[in-house]
Amino acid sequence: MKNIPEQCEVCPVNKQARLVRLGVDLSNYDFAIALAGNPNVGKSTVFNSLTGLRQHTGNWPGKTVVRAEGGYSYDNKRYKVVDLPGTYSLLSTSSDEEVARDFILFGKPDVTVIVVDATRVERNMNLVLQVLQITDRAVVCLNLIDEAERHGIKIDERQLMRELGVPVVPVIARTGEGVPTLLRNIADVATGAFVCRPRRGWTESGSLKKAVDTLAEKIGNEFPGLPNVRWVALRLLEGDQRIIDAIRSGELTSLAERAELQKKGDTQYVAAS
Amino acid sequence: MSPRHEEILHTADMLRWELGEQFHDRTVEALYGDAAQIAKKAVIMPGKKTRLNFERTLDHLVTNRWTGFPLMFLLLAIVFWITIEGANVPSALLADVFLDSLYPMLKSFGENIGLPWWLNGLLFDGMYLAMAWVVSVMLPPMAIFFPLFTLAEDFGYLPRVAFNLDSMFRKSGAHGKQALTMAMGYGCNAAAIISTRIIDSPRERLIAILTNNFAICNGRWPTQILIATIFVGALAPAHLSGLVSSLAVVTVVLIGIFFTFLVSWGLSKTLLKGEASFFSLELPPYRPPRIWQTLYTSVIDRTLIVLWRAVVWALPAGAVIWLVSNIHIGGVSLAEHAVNAFDPFGILIGLNGVILLAYIIAIPANEIVIPTVLMLTVLVTKVAGVGSGAGVMFELDSELATAEVLRTGGWTLLTGVNLMLFSLLHNPCSTTLYTIYKETGSAKWTTLSAVIPLGIAFVVCFVVAVVFSAIGLT
Repeated sequence: MKNIPEQCEVCPVNKQARLVRLGVDLSNYDFAIALAGNPNVGKSTVFNSLTGLRQHTGNWPGKTVVRAEGGYSYDNKRYKVVDLPGTYSLLSTSSDEEVARDFILFGKPDVTVIVVDATRVERNMNLVLQVLQITDRAVVCLNLIDEAERHGIKIDERQLMRELGVPVVPVIARTGEGVPTLLRNIADVATGAFVCRPRRGWTESGSLKKAVDTLAEKIGNEFPGLPNVRWVALRLLEGDQRIIDAIRSGELTSLAERAELQKKGDTQYVAAS
Repeated sequence: MSPRHEEILHTADMLRWELGEQFHDRTVEALYGDAAQIAKKAVIMPGKKTRLNFERTLDHLVTNRWTGFPLMFLLLAIVFWITIEGANVPSALLADVFLDSLYPMLKSFGENIGLPWWLNGLLFDGMYLAMAWVVSVMLPPMAIFFPLFTLAEDFGYLPRVAFNLDSMFRKSGAHGKQALTMAMGYGCNAAAIISTRIIDSPRERLIAILTNNFAICNGRWPTQILIATIFVGALAPAHLSGLVSSLAVVTVVLIGIFFTFLVSWGLSKTLLKGEASFFSLELPPYRPPRIWQTLYTSVIDRTLIVLWRAVVWALPAGAVIWLVSNIHIGGVSLAEHAVNAFDPFGILIGLNGVILLAYIIAIPANEIVIPTVLMLTVLVTKVAGVGSGAGVMFELDSELATAEVLRTGGWTLLTGVNLMLFSLLHNPCSTTLYTIYKETGSAKWTTLSAVIPLGIAFVVCFVVAVVFSAIGLT
């Protein structure tokens, strides 16, 4: 009988057992996770249930003004979690959108977790699609599914996953339901065990396609390995000064180089495991 | 910088020119179209929108022009009433432990191990008592008020308040989100100053910072509640006094909101000219509040952190109080010298020298104003039978006894009313000022954020004093 607890701890079904909340201990982390999402979808609640911190949560948009950071350890890997301010989009440039956008692009998180309000999927998809243009390492965390259920809304998360090309995990962050699955999926994307194929088709709609194609080809030739060529093209066409500066300063070059290295690393990891 | 990079940028410029101004709209259109398509495939919406009816009715009530404000004040009054009524018992209990039992033990312990009288006095009569007073007076109201406030926040009521106040803030040239930072100020002004980061425009953010002080922070609640009970509640029959006292506190809150608008308006017409910018505020769905979690986080995070800060500041302040009462020049203590010097100006504005001195000593933390006031009053008026000597802060057994001491010290209804107003309007505490300095990075705005409220406090108290004497109420 003595070894039963040990059995439980190594059993893949008991995933929660492998979560160690690290609070603000961010030393020697292996992966960096960004939490993005619309305002008031429960990002801070997800953040708290991952890190064990008690970042103040409140039912009003715009509550998180300071970027919060925390950590957890899962499956012997240490993760740093950054809670970004909630934004509806990354297209305009108000200061909170810039903080979120810059971190996802230049902060180079290993995984971006996009928290989505299950009662407002359509509107939340706008941000999801924009984030998926920037990064191909994302997990969608479908929060508040209890509330959606209460309102009679049903979500086919497998269908959503097929449409988006990234893992979709339904959770109730307030009670912690679904968090173990979320952790597993974050780990899979971070280690490269799961390779995302993010949906990016909307930049190919009729009137945009030609211009984006032309520019993206040039950018792709200059920055091989850059994971978000079409998005950079889109931003340049909008005249986004931050991206123009990033090209001039060489910031984008180093971003592309790092992405390429990461890709190689991943194949090695997959091969090894 | 490479010429190929320049070429990319050049191509982008050319293409942008060709695409014309509608490019942004087309991007958004494509994005929204795709989002809608995904949602259509993966989400099954309910046939009937039954659940929305309840929320809609509730929203109609709480954001309605006619019912929204009365409901807001009713809710506020209920919260204060629960706080006032509920805090008495635990306050007395804590005072029992800290002051009646522990304090004499500590004193005799000090004597037994042979501490010199002055060190014994400084440590236990000054520092320990200041800390004990802060804990027994502040902890119970905070432990009741913060969870109630957090429950309302968790439920989704705060954005509705912002929604109600938005048009008024806009009319006074400020940002609608200032309603949210103001609400934070009722907890702690220093935290609220940081929360003004949600306001993008620097002009409107400064207005929000400069006027945040008019939201009574938790350090000032005990003062408001105690003085309202002693001087205003006492005017009503016993069974109504709790209700009357809470209404008096609500009135002070309303006066604070009035000054928030007035000063915002004044600033947006003079020092910080400009138009209010627009923003969209989403009314989030109502959510059933998580009672236990809320209790836990608001007690651990808010209450204990604020309490800890108060204790940290109370220790040196207690030492200062003891010192100024025990260092004598020409046979009279420093405290008495200062009180006598402040008295003429204090009485002119319907306060007195004791209150002004107390506010100077208590700059680090508003929480210790009342104990300091009591101690100085006893010292100056030499009331027989209460207190335990110079510079000893004490807890009086009942509000009646507190009232007795204050009346002997020459306090009237006017002094009580003006102390409440002064506590509402005066300069922010040193922590808040330091936060303002850090956030604005400007000595000028930090100074203004102290000088403007202080000036208003003096003027308002003076006017009230004149009105009182005109109608013969003093």
